[in-house]
Formats: sequence, C-alpha cells, structure tokens
Amino acid sequence: MRDSGINVLFLGKNFLRLLEGLGVTLRISLIAVLLSLPLGILLGMFMTLKNPVSKAISRIYLEFIRIMPQLVLLFIAYFGVTRMFGWNLSADVSAVIVFTLWGTAEMGDLVRGALISIPRHQYDSAAALGMTKVQTFIHVVVPQTMRRLIPLTINLTTRMIKTTSLVVLIGMTEVLKVGKQIIDANRFEYPTAALWIYGVIFLLYFLACWPISMLAKKLEKRWR
Amino acid sequence: MEERIQLKVKGLVKRFGSETVLDGIDLDVHKGEVVVVLGPSGCGKSTLLRCMNGLESLSEGNIFLDGEEVSSSGKKITMLRQKIGMVFQSYDLFPHKNIMDNITLAPVKVQKRPKKDVESQAEKLLKRVGLWEKRKSYPRELSGGQKQRVAIIRALCMNPEVMLFDEVTAALDPEMVREVLDVMLELADGGMTMVIVTHEMQFARAIADRVIFLDGGNIVEDLPPEEFFTAPKTQRAKDFLQTFAYEKRRTDTN
Repeated sequence: MRDSGINVLFLGKNFLRLLEGLGVTLRISLIAVLLSLPLGILLGMFMTLKNPVSKAISRIYLEFIRIMPQLVLLFIAYFGVTRMFGWNLSADVSAVIVFTLWGTAEMGDLVRGALISIPRHQYDSAAALGMTKVQTFIHVVVPQTMRRLIPLTINLTTRMIKTTSLVVLIGMTEVLKVGKQIIDANRFEYPTAALWIYGVIFLLYFLACWPISMLAKKLEKRWR
Repeated sequence: MEERIQLKVKGLVKRFGSETVLDGIDLDVHKGEVVVVLGPSGCGKSTLLRCMNGLESLSEGNIFLDGEEVSSSGKKITMLRQKIGMVFQSYDLFPHKNIMDNITLAPVKVQKRPKKDVESQAEKLLKRVGLWEKRKSYPRELSGGQKQRVAIIRALCMNPEVMLFDEVTAALDPEMVREVLDVMLELADGGMTMVIVTHEMQFARAIADRVIFLDGGNIVEDLPPEEFFTAPKTQRAKDFLQTFAYEKRRTDTN
C-alpha cells in the first residue's frame, strides 16, 4: 500500500491545500455570482425596454460576451488591460471582473426570458384592478419571475463554479492547480497519484455543486 | 331606466394600424342597467370593453364614468379603474398567490384599505359562491368555473360601480358555465351596473335589460332582449341569431 496514490492526500498538508484551492474557486465564483445577480436583473429589465437603442446596446454586449471564450476575456483583463492602460489588476480582481461580466450577460438573458414569459393578461388584470405599473411590477411580475428564475440562477452558479477553473491560466492557485502541484511533486514516489488527486477534486466539485442543485430542485417543487 | 347615466361612450373610434375596429360608437349605460353586447366574432366587442376600462387607447372619441373622462394614461386612470371592475375570458388570477391573497391584493395595495376589512368582505362573497373552503388554495388547484368566480369576487372587492365581463364563460367547460352565470345573475339582481360580452344567448336573454348588437364596428341594434331575440330589425342581426338555431333546422330536414 505504500505506493498507493491515495496516501499522497495525507502527506503533509496536501488535503488542506486542496481545500484551500477549492476555497479560491468558490470565493471567486460566489463573488462573481453575487455581483452578477443584481447587475443581471438590471440588464434583463433594460433588455425588455422597447427602445431600439437599448436593444442594440444590450444585444451587442450579450453577443460579445457570449462569443468571446472566457479564457480570452481573462487574458484581456489580466494582460491586455495592463498593457493598454497601465492598470495593474491582480489575477483575483481580473477573474472577478471577467466572471461578473459573463455572469451579468447570462443572468440578464435569463431575466429577460422570465420577464417576457409573464402572459399579457396578467398585466391586463392587474391594470384592471387599478394597480399602477410599479405596483404590478412589484406584486405580480417580480414574484412570478423569481419563481422561474431561481432554478436557472442556481444552474448558472454551478456553471460559474466549474468555469472558474480557467483562472489557473492567469496564474491563480485554485483547486486544480494545487492538485497538479501535488501530483508533480510526488510523480516518482506515487505514480498513481494523478488518478486519486483528480478523483478527489471531482468529488470536491461534486460536493460544492450538488447541494446547490438539490436546493434548486426543492425550490422548484415548492413553487411549481 | 330613469336613473342617471353612469357610463357614457361618445363617438368612440378605435383603429389598429389601418384597420378600424370600432367606428363611432355612442352608448349610454344607466345606473343599475345590464347591457349585453352581442355580435359576430371580430366585431370589436372585446375591444369596446377594453376601451371602457382604458386598457386600450382611443383613436377618437371619449368615455366618461360619472361624467369623468376615462383616458388610457396618467394617474387618473388607475383611480377610475378602481370603479370599473373587469373580468376576462382567460382565468387571470395571479398564480403565485392563494385565493384570499388574490382577492385582497388590490384593495389593500391600491385602495389602502385595512386587510381585515377586505378579508371579511371576501369571506361573505366567497361563502355566497360556495368557495370559502378554497380560500387557501392556489389557482392551479381550482377548476375553470371556480377560478372565474374568484375573479369576479376579486373585482367586486374593489367595490366597483360598473362591472365589465368579457366572454367570461367562453373558455369554460359547459358544465362550469352555469355556476359562473348564476353569480352574474345574482349581481344583476343586486342592482350592479354591468356590461357583458357573451356568446350565451339564453343567458343574454335572461339577464339583459338591453341588448346591443355590434357589427362592422357599429351598433346595429339597441333593443330590449325580448324584442331583439324575437323581432330583430336588421338582416344582420337575424343572420346572427340564425347561426344559433340548431334544433329548428334539424327538425326541418327530418
């Protein structure tokens, strides 16, 4: 058993280091999600305006963010911005900015979809009851939109957690990077370490995302 | 009907693009009067009702409630809509609120009435239509007829002066129609001013004080129900009524 890869986990602080790496992943994802939610809601409302200028602006933003691979956006934020403006953004900040931009675009589109899925007669019947546009929005549109949005938002959160593994490439030490370091350091003593370490990382991602998915399912059921 | 005019439509024209849906409608509805609007589909019945409630803007003309003009924009319209209840064809309850909350939402938020008062009013009305046990249910748990009765109560709890009914039974299963129409008959007996668009001819005959026949964007007939159904003046109204007379033709061919 001495050379079984699993022992690598218990060498020194290896497991703790992996958890710290996961912490970096989760921290960036959660900050980005928390910023994306309000910004995305505003963007989604902005997108439903019937003004051609606002439509064009939001369309361009959305398409740009979606077409550009997140990796390219990361490089632009981390390397490009420094070159162009001389701002020295840390990897942390660049990652949060990029993932917030991305999350806002995705969230905005989800909010837009949820808003336009509220049937016309819901607005009519609220209006017929003498409710103002603002009252209709607060008491009729938003609660129904929320119920549609929450599962989608949670899905976006898990996607965010998985996508942030890209930050390795701008030099951040998150969970995958730590794993790779551990594997490299023990390459000769424990040749099978890769399997075990990546297995554990898989499990860590699963443990981070699964409760979130379960929560989504539960909410969906309750609000059906 | 010596009562005062409650709802007045004057020279109403409504166009959607280049299409004229209503072409100069004049109509006075007196207090306590029940006006049934009939006409072939697409003749503008629903549009007329929606204009009366300011849900559609008018291309020309005016609508007055108690002498006050209804216009589709501005703050005044929300004030006026509180006096004009409207029930639609589609079950339009708010799906995220239970029955009681559906009913109390607008009186509490719009009219700023104490929730207790509204609830006791709702209790009386719900008991009268036999839906008190459903007060905590959600709309999806109710049948179409039940939802429509709740929608009527929801409108009534605003204490409106006029009620507009836009084909409220058109989407219902036949056996659900009766329970909704009974509620409306009871309302009419209670002296509510009502404008009703319907395809239920028997019901129209039973409830109406006046029948308005709309065709091509104009009021073609304006008669008491007995007269309209037995001796309509125009050919168009005769043709329209003929489309409902199934039994007679059947016996003829036998």
